[in-house]
Amino acid sequence: MNKFYVWAAALFSAVLIIPACKDGRDEGITGFGSVEIEFDNRAEGESLVFGKTYTNAAGESLSFSLLDYYVSNVVLVSEDGARYVAPKDSCYFLCKHEDPDSRVVRINNVPAGNYSGLEFMIGVDSAKSVSPVTERVGVLDPATGASGHYWSWNAGYIFMKVEGNSPAAGTADNFFQYHIGLFGGFNSPTLNNLKTIALTAPAEPAMVRQGEEAPHFHLYVDALEIFKSPNVLSIEDYPAVHASPYSANIAANYADMFVIDHVHNH
Amino acid sequence: MKYTSAVLFLLALVACRDPQSPVDEPFEGPKMPANFPAPAYNLSQNPVTEAGFNLGKKLFYDKIISRDSTISCADCHISYSAFSHPDHPTSHGIDNLFGRRNALAVQNMLWGKEFFWDGGVPNLDLVPLNAIQSPVEMDNTPAEVLNRLKQNAEYKAMFKAAFGTEEVTTARFLQSLSQFMAMLISANSPYDHYVRGESGGELSSDALAGMTLFQTKCAGCHSTDLFTDNSFRNNGLLDDFTFDQGRYEVSQLPDDIGKFRVPSLRNVTATAPYMHHGKLKTLEAVLDHYASGVKESATLDPLLRQPDGSLGIPLNATEKAQIIAFLKTLTDEQFLRDARFAE
Repeated sequence: MNKFYVWAAALFSAVLIIPACKDGRDEGITGFGSVEIEFDNRAEGESLVFGKTYTNAAGESLSFSLLDYYVSNVVLVSEDGARYVAPKDSCYFLCKHEDPDSRVVRINNVPAGNYSGLEFMIGVDSAKSVSPVTERVGVLDPATGASGHYWSWNAGYIFMKVEGNSPAAGTADNFFQYHIGLFGGFNSPTLNNLKTIALTAPAEPAMVRQGEEAPHFHLYVDALEIFKSPNVLSIEDYPAVHASPYSANIAANYADMFVIDHVHNH
Repeated sequence: MKYTSAVLFLLALVACRDPQSPVDEPFEGPKMPANFPAPAYNLSQNPVTEAGFNLGKKLFYDKIISRDSTISCADCHISYSAFSHPDHPTSHGIDNLFGRRNALAVQNMLWGKEFFWDGGVPNLDLVPLNAIQSPVEMDNTPAEVLNRLKQNAEYKAMFKAAFGTEEVTTARFLQSLSQFMAMLISANSPYDHYVRGESGGELSSDALAGMTLFQTKCAGCHSTDLFTDNSFRNNGLLDDFTFDQGRYEVSQLPDDIGKFRVPSLRNVTATAPYMHHGKLKTLEAVLDHYASGVKESATLDPLLRQPDGSLGIPLNATEKAQIIAFLKTLTDEQFLRDARFAE
C-alpha cells in the first residue's frame, strides 16, 4: 500500500472517529447510570386532584376518579442525536394516578451522557400484546398486575383508562368512562391506537453519570388535554368510549398531553 | 368351542386397543400430521408433558373456574362433538344466560392464528381468559381462579408435577390448558388416510366427485388440510349486523362489519348446528344457503359474487349431495372417541 492510501485511510478514519466521539459520551464520560421519569398528572395548572371540579374544552364541568396509563418502549436521545433504546422487557410501566410511586419510572444501565430527548409509547406494543403468557409478568400479568387493564374478549391491554363524573354525561351517577386500547392486530389488522410520544427537555439535558444520583425528567401530564386537542371531546356526546372508532380521537388527544417541564440534575 | 374362545380372545384384544379404553402406553406429545402446514403455536416455549396435559385436562373439566362453580369449559365444548356444543345454536353459560355465537370446535388449536368467531384473541394461551371473564359464560376473574387453585391441595400437587413448583401463576395455569388443547389434533379421518395414501382411505365415488367440486367451489376459503384459511369473511348469511357486527367489534375497521371466522370443516358432521349464529341445522341447509340463500350487503365476500351478478355458489342437487359425501369423509372417529380427551 502506498503512502497516499495510508494517509487517506487515516484521514478517513479520523473523519469517522470525530463524530463518533461527539455522542452522549464525549469529554471522557464513561460508565453507566440511571434515569428517572416522573409522570406528574396536572389539571388547570396544578396537581390533579380526584373529585375536584374542572372544566373541559367543551365547557363541561367534570371531576376525575381514575387515570391510569401504560408507558413502554422508552428511548433516551442524547444531545447529538444518539439514541439509547432501553431493553424492552425492563420497560413496561403502569402509571396509576392514585399510586404516586407507580408514576416515577426508573431506567437503569443507561450509558453515561447528556440526554435532552425522551421518547416512549403510551400502551403496550403489538409484539408484546400477542406474546406468550410467560412473557407477561408484573404489570402485564392479566390476572394480577394488569387486572382491570386487560380486555380478554379482544385480547389486549387498555392503554389509557380515564373515568370520572360530569353533569354533562347524562348517565347513571353522571359517570363517564374512556377505556382506550387496540394495538393494530398482528395477523389481521385492527384499529391501532398506539402512540409514540417524543419530547425534548426545555433547558439542560439529563446528565447521566456513573455512580451519581439519577437525573430526573419531570413531566407535566395535563389530564384536560384528553378533552382538548386535536379533537374537542364532549362528555355529553361521548360519555363512554371503549373499543370503537371514536377511540382514535381520544388517543390522538392524549398523545399531546405530555411535556417535559424541567430536568433535575443532582 | 375352541373357535369361539379364540374369537372371544381376539375380540378382547381388539377391545383393549379400542380408543375408548384408557391408554397405558407411554405418554406421547402432539404429533404433527404430515398433511398439515407448520403450526402457529410455538411448542418449544410450552412443551407438552403428561403432567401438564393432565393438569390442563382437569382444569378443562372443572367447574371451579366459573364464578359460582357451575360451568366448566367442557360444558360447551364436548369431546364427542369435536369439543363443540351439539344441538345448541348458542350455549347457555352462567345463570342460564345465552351467548350470542355458536360454540366453536376446539381442535387443531396449534394451527390457529386468531381465535373465536371474531378473532379477538391472537394467542392460544390467552383463549381461556375470554370465557372466564365473559359475563354470560363463567363471569369470573383470573385472579379469583388462581386464588381457588392456590387453596386446593390436589391442584398444588398437580402444578408441582407439571411445573416443578406448587406456585400457581397465570402463565402456568394458562399453559397447562394450552397443553391440553395442543393435544386435540384431529387428522385421522378417511380423507386424511386418503391424502396420506394410508389404509382406510378408500373414498366412495360420490365423495371423490365431491372432493373435486369442493376444491373448485369451497376451497377458496376452506383451504389447506385445515379446511380454513383463517380469514374473516361475510358469507351472506345476513344483511343486518346490528345484533352482531363480527370482526368489526374487534378491529373497528368498517370493512370488517359482518365478517366472521372461516371455520374449519374437520368433523363438520359432528358440530351441528352451523354458522356463527348456529341457525343452520344441517349440512343440506348450509349448502342450500350457499346455492340460493346468500344475501347482499356491503362487505359480502367477493367469492360469493358471480360474474353474471348473481350471488352465491352455483350448485345443483347432485353436486350438493356429492359435496356432503365428501364432507362426511372429514369425520375423525378416532379423535371424537379418544379416551385421553374425554372426561
